[in-house]
Amino acid sequence: MTTTENSARSVPKPTFTDAEAGAKEFPDSGPSARRYNYYKPAKRKQTHYEDVTVEVQPDPRHYLTQGWIYGFADGSRGYPLDWTKLKAWGVDNPEPERGPGSGGKPVQDWPAHGWHEFRDPNEEWELTMFRYNANVERQIGQNVENARNAKAFDQWTQNWVRFVERHVGAWMHIEHIFGLYIFAACNRSGPTNMHNTAMAVNSEHKIRFAQDLALYNLTLTEEIEGFDGAAHLDAWNNDAEWQGVRKVAEALTAVDDDWGEMIFGTNIVFEPLLGELFRSNLVQQAAPGNGDYVTPTVMGAGEYDFAQRDLRWTQACMGLLTQDKEFADHNKQIMQGWLSHWVPQCLDAARQLQPLWSQPDAKPPRFEDSLDRAKNRFAGILSDLGLDAPKELSQ
Amino acid sequence: MSRQSLAKAHQKIQELSWEPQYHEPYMKYGTDYTFRKAAKKDPLKQVLRSYFPMQEEKDNRVYGASDGAIRGNMFRQVQERWLEWQKLFLSIIPLPEISAARSMPMLFQAVPNPELHNGQAIQMIDEVRHSTIQQNLKRLYMNNYIDPAGFNNTLRNFHSDYCGTIGRQFAEGFITGDAITAASIYLTIVAETAFTNTLFVAMPGEAAANGDYLLPTVFHSVQSDESRHISNGYATLLMALSDEDNRQLLERDLRYAWWNNHRVVDAAIGTFIEYGTKDRRKDRESYAEMWRRWIYDDYYRAYLLPLEKYGLVIPHDLIEESWNQIWNKGYVHEVAQFFATGWVANYWRIDSMTDEDFEWFEYKYPGWYDRYGKWWENYNRLSRPNGHHAIVAEDVDYVYPHRCWTCMVPCLVREDMVVDKVDGQWRTYCHEACRWTDAVAFRPTYEGRDTPNMGKLVGHREWETLYHGWNWADVIQDMGFVRDDGKTLTAQPHLDLDPKKMWTLDHMRRMPHVASPNVILNEMSDSEREAFVADYNAQGPAGRPAGSTS
Ligand SMILES: [Fe+2]
Ligand SMILES: [Fe+2]
Repeated sequence: MTTTENSARSVPKPTFTDAEAGAKEFPDSGPSARRYNYYKPAKRKQTHYEDVTVEVQPDPRHYLTQGWIYGFADGSRGYPLDWTKLKAWGVDNPEPERGPGSGGKPVQDWPAHGWHEFRDPNEEWELTMFRYNANVERQIGQNVENARNAKAFDQWTQNWVRFVERHVGAWMHIEHIFGLYIFAACNRSGPTNMHNTAMAVNSEHKIRFAQDLALYNLTLTEEIEGFDGAAHLDAWNNDAEWQGVRKVAEALTAVDDDWGEMIFGTNIVFEPLLGELFRSNLVQQAAPGNGDYVTPTVMGAGEYDFAQRDLRWTQACMGLLTQDKEFADHNKQIMQGWLSHWVPQCLDAARQLQPLWSQPDAKPPRFEDSLDRAKNRFAGILSDLGLDAPKELSQ
Repeated sequence: MSRQSLAKAHQKIQELSWEPQYHEPYMKYGTDYTFRKAAKKDPLKQVLRSYFPMQEEKDNRVYGASDGAIRGNMFRQVQERWLEWQKLFLSIIPLPEISAARSMPMLFQAVPNPELHNGQAIQMIDEVRHSTIQQNLKRLYMNNYIDPAGFNNTLRNFHSDYCGTIGRQFAEGFITGDAITAASIYLTIVAETAFTNTLFVAMPGEAAANGDYLLPTVFHSVQSDESRHISNGYATLLMALSDEDNRQLLERDLRYAWWNNHRVVDAAIGTFIEYGTKDRRKDRESYAEMWRRWIYDDYYRAYLLPLEKYGLVIPHDLIEESWNQIWNKGYVHEVAQFFATGWVANYWRIDSMTDEDFEWFEYKYPGWYDRYGKWWENYNRLSRPNGHHAIVAEDVDYVYPHRCWTCMVPCLVREDMVVDKVDGQWRTYCHEACRWTDAVAFRPTYEGRDTPNMGKLVGHREWETLYHGWNWADVIQDMGFVRDDGKTLTAQPHLDLDPKKMWTLDHMRRMPHVASPNVILNEMSDSEREAFVADYNAQGPAGRPAGSTS
C-alpha cells in the first residue's frame, strides 16, 4: 500500500527553537530562579504540595495591592479573617493602607500573620486526593464483591441483619451532612488556601464514605433476603436512639457564623466522642462476634479517613492556634467555651445511643467501657492541643 | 461499574438527601432570588465509586504525558512568543478555578434542593483539581523552559501587574455578592457554559500549534469536567426561571455577566491566541472565527435562545454588540496593543510582530494594517534599548487610555467611553454597559426593587492610582519585576535573551513619571472634563490622537 500526501492537509510545522532550560545564560537563567519565590516554606525545602496551594488565595496583607475588587453587601470582602473567633498572630495589625501614590506596599515580612503558617500535614492536592479516594473505592468494591462471592452474608443472624440495616445504615446520614454542610460549606470561609483545600478534601472523605455506606446497603438489599434497604431512613427519622446524634450533627451545621467552631466541634469533639464511639467501639467490635467480617472493612475506611487524615489536619490547624505567639490564651479560652457547649450535647447523644449495645446477639464490650475508651481518646486529643478536659467529661 | 448498576447506585444515594429536623444550617450567603422547594433530579448522576477512579485515570494520562513531554525535550520546539504569555495566563487561572470550588457552598444555601447539592459538591472537587493541576503545569514550565522569570513569582506578580487585576474579576466575581448572581449566573451560566470553550479548547489548540503539547494535555482534561458544571448551572437556571419574581434579576445578571465575561475573557484569550502565536497558516481560525462558532453559535444560538420560551430575557443587544466590538471595533487588537504599550509594567516578554504576522492579520481582519501596522513597526523599532525610552514614553501616535472602572480593561474603543460621577468619584467606563453595571446593577436597589444581597465593586480599580507620581524604575522595583542581577527587567519587548539587549532599571529611571488618569480626571473642572470627554471620544482607532489622519 502506498501513502499519498494529502495536499489539502494543513498542520502547523514544528520548528527548532531551543527554548529549553539551560540553553542560554542571562539574568535568572540559573537553577536558583527555578522555584516559586513568593512564599517561605514551612520546612527548609519547599514541597510540591506547598507549590500548588500556597498563595493561590491572595491576601491584601501580602501582594493584593489593588485590594479585593468585589465586596458583599455588608462591605466585607474576600476571605475575612473574622469569620471565626479564633485569631492568629498579627491579625490585629492594620492592613496596609493604599491609595493614590502609595505604591503597592507588598508584604515585607511574609507571612504577615499566623494563619499562613498552617500546612496540611497530609499534603493534599489533586494528585493525592484522587489516588487516595480511588484506592479506597477500589478496595471497598473488591472486599464487598469477595464477600458476595463467598456468600459471607449467609452467616449473619437475623438480629445482626436488623442491626446493620437500621444502625450501620443510619450512620450514612451523619457523614453526608458533615461532608456537605460542614466541610464543603466551610471551604469558602477559611483564611488561606491551605485551610480551604484541607476542608474540601475532608469533605470528599465524608461524602465518599456516606455513599460507600449507601452502596453497601444497596448490595445487602440485593444479597440478603429480607434486608430492608429503607430501614436506615426509618431509624434516622424515628428511632429514639438516633435523635440525639442527629440533633448534635444538625446543630453543628447551624453554628452561628464561625467556621472554626464548626470544624472544632465536628472533628475535635463530635468525631472522637460519637463518631469513633459508634464506628470503632460499637460496630467494629460487635461485627466479628456476629459473623460479620465485611462491615468492618467498609466502616474501617471511614475510620481511617478520620483517624489518620481528618483529625491530623484539624490538630495541626488548631494546635498552631493554641500555641500562637500572640493569641494562645484567647484561642484556648474560645475553644474551652466550645468544649463546654459541645461536650455535654455529645455525651447526651452518646447515652441515647446506649440501647444499641444490647441489640446484637454477640454483645460488644459494655457501653460504659466503650464510652470510657472514647473519652480517653478524646482527653488525649485535648491534651495534645494544650486544652483542659471540660468538667462535663467526667459526668 | 456497569451502566445499570451505576443507575441503581445513583438512585440509592438520593436517600442521603437531608431534610433538617432540629436545626437548619447557618445561612451565610444571601441571595435576592427566591426558590421554591420542589423535588429535583440531580443533573450529574455521578457516584463517587466511579468518579474517583475515573478522575485518577485522567490524572494518570496527564502526568504520563507530562513526563513524556519532558523526556522528549518538548521545550526545544516550544515557541517563546507563546510561552511568555502563559506567564500571565497561568498566574490568573488557578485563582478562578479555586474560587469556583469555594463558591459551591454558596449555592447549597441559596438553592434549597438537596438533590442538586451532590452535583455542586462534585464540582467543588473538580475545581480543586483544576487549580492545583494548573499550578503544577506552571511549575513544569518554570523548571524546564528557558526563561523561568515571571513563572517563578506569578502569584505575587499577578496582583501588582499593569493588567493582572483585570483577570481577578473572573474569580472574585464567582464568590462575592449575591450567591446566585455570583456562583450561578456569572460562574456557571456564562463563564463556564459560554467562555470555557475559548479558554480550554481554543487555547490548547493554539498551544499545540506552538510546540506546546503540555497545555493541551492538562486543559483538555480540565475541560472534560466542564460538562458536569454546565448541567449544574442549567438545573439551577431552570429552577430560578420557575419563579416569576426572579426574571428581573436574571435579566440584570445575564447582562452584567455576559458583558463582563466578554470584556475580560475576550481581552485576555483573544490576545493570547492572536498575538501569542507563531502559527500564521491562513486556514487556521482567527479568534473572531472561533468566537463566532463557539460563543455565538454554540452558546447564544443553541443554548441561550431556547431558554427564551421559559421567560429568560436574553441580552441580544449586548451579544450583538460584543461581536461588533470584536469584528468591527478591533477589541482584541486594541487590547493587545495596550498590553504591549505597558510592557515595562508586566512580567513576561512580548514579541514584536513581523511581516508574516502583518500579512496574516490583514488576511483575517481586512484593514488591520492601516490601523495597527504602524504602531507595531514602532514597537519593533523601539524594542532594543538604544538611547530612547520604552514605547510607553515615546511619541508613537498613541494616547495612553483611561481604565474602565467596572471591567478594568481600559476604554480602548475610544468613541464608546462614558464618564459618570458614582459614589462621589468621577469614573470612566469603556462602554455604557460597564457604566450600568457599576451605577445601576451593583446597588442595593434595582429598578425600584430592594436587592439587599447584591455585591459591590470595590478596591483600587485603576492600576495607575497607586503609582501616581512615581518614577518607572521605582514602580517596577516595587512590583518586584526585576531579575536576579538586581537590575534587568523581567519583562522585555522582544525575545532576545542577550543581556546586552535587555532593558534595565537604569533605562526606566530616565522616563517621565507615571500619572494616574483617574486622579487627573477628578482634578478637572466641569468644562475641562467635558472637553476631555469630547476629545477622548474622537480618538482612535489604535489609540491615535483625535483628528489624526494617519
Ligand atoms: Fe474548572
Ligand atoms: Fe468596561
